[in-house]
Amino acid sequence: MQGVHKRYGAFPALSDINLQVRRGERIVICGPSGSGKSTLIRCINGLERHQQGRIAVDGVELTGDPRATDAVRREVGMVFQQFNLFPHLTVLENCTLAPMWVKKMPRREARDLAMHYLHRVRIPEQAAKHPGQLSGGQQQRAAIARSLCMRPKLMLFDEPTSALDPEMVQEVIETMVSLAEEGMTMLCVTHEMGFARQVADRVIFMDAGQIVEANRPDAFFDAPQQARTRLFLSRIVH
Amino acid sequence: MSAGWAVVHERFRFILLGAYPRDQQWRPALAIVLFVALYVLSARRACWRPWLPAAWLAILTGAIVLMRGGPLGLARVPTESWGGLPLTLLLATVGFAAAFPPGVALALGRRSALPAIRALSIAYIEVMRGVPLVTFLFMASLMFPLFVPAGFTIDKLLRAQAALALVQAAYLAEVVRAGLEAVPAGQREAAASLGLRFGPATVLVVLPQALRISIPALVNTFIGFFKDTTLVTVIGLFDLLGTARAVIVDPRWFGAAVPVYLLVAAVYFTFCFAVSRYSQHIERSLMAHGHQ
Repeated sequence: MQGVHKRYGAFPALSDINLQVRRGERIVICGPSGSGKSTLIRCINGLERHQQGRIAVDGVELTGDPRATDAVRREVGMVFQQFNLFPHLTVLENCTLAPMWVKKMPRREARDLAMHYLHRVRIPEQAAKHPGQLSGGQQQRAAIARSLCMRPKLMLFDEPTSALDPEMVQEVIETMVSLAEEGMTMLCVTHEMGFARQVADRVIFMDAGQIVEANRPDAFFDAPQQARTRLFLSRIVH
Repeated sequence: MSAGWAVVHERFRFILLGAYPRDQQWRPALAIVLFVALYVLSARRACWRPWLPAAWLAILTGAIVLMRGGPLGLARVPTESWGGLPLTLLLATVGFAAAFPPGVALALGRRSALPAIRALSIAYIEVMRGVPLVTFLFMASLMFPLFVPAGFTIDKLLRAQAALALVQAAYLAEVVRAGLEAVPAGQREAAASLGLRFGPATVLVVLPQALRISIPALVNTFIGFFKDTTLVTVIGLFDLLGTARAVIVDPRWFGAAVPVYLLVAAVYFTFCFAVSRYSQHIERSLMAHGHQ
């Protein structure tokens, strides 16, 4: 991302964002609510359109051309705060839908792939159920599996644990840690600072649509450079 | 009063099946069975499969061929002789089925990001809902022939059927639109993030949920439409109410209005009540299961 700007009407949602993510890098983005962190990652797969600057994923620039957007979305998976599983389909069908309709994969192959990733997130026994029958943690793991079925090169996480009951946060975090350990490139908007310390290569702090500070997790948490970062950390770390 | 009930006994077949040739009346009777079978089939959730629209097409085509004759050595029966309950069921069911695809298209059109499509959809919906149905029936029956070359005719029943379907499409569009708006924006975002384009996302993700949400309202609309088809009597078609009126105005059966109307009311009530009970049942079951 280079010099990215985005406004909602007169309100600047993102101002002059510059961010380079290397293959295999794990980045955690934090910041107060309304600071633009969700908007930032939603721009990366074209759910939001930026107005200035350039965003490119693996050499493909998001220009507004639908073909470019399609190409980027094939490479980029996304996990949402509210899971956004398809409630009218079973967990398995949630996972096979995109491989079958976007990649034209045969049904049998798509099912095998889906079961492989449902094993990965440790809920293969839930495959035949509908999302409404699963716990929140299981739903979010199903959503992660659904994304992985497209074999993305980059995964975006938009506050994946914020809608979960506390006792279910850990199972989702563990799934994300195991993904990180396998070398997945990840951009995570989260307030799970334990996760940030454990796996992040860089922690980015955003406020008012700007990147205020970006650093290695130990430096970020132990010696924040900016006053706004210190204030934010003092509020969330008890 | 006993004379009144005698008319029901005497003219029962005419009221129920119209002026259809008496020796061929097994055909409209079988058509009634086909329509009821179609309703029962569509009511079962196990049948909510991709083949259901094909079943509708097959059964409706079958019913029309049965009534009309031609193939399979069936004698031709002109639509002027069709009447009674089969005609009512035909108008309502074919009208609803024909209105459904354009209704969904109009609902999507009204939410389109393209201003021209949105404006056209809104204009169509508002005009069709804003003008009384009778007006369209009169136009289809009286004015349409004036605007086409002499010698070119379209069956009057077909014209009435088209008018009913065109108006009904506007009502269905509004019902489906309400369903579309009830599907959370996150569903479309999730579909987009998986690489599904607008078309597949709409058909595979958004519409199935929107239509499930719409079912109670759709059923309600159908009940209203079922009764609205009685308006075709004003252009001289003999639907169930039309055959009843034809019996009542017969001087030989003077004073028979009450029992005949009661009979007709009972038939309409039976269908509408069954559909309404089904609607309540499906509403409860959808609430119990979330909308799976």
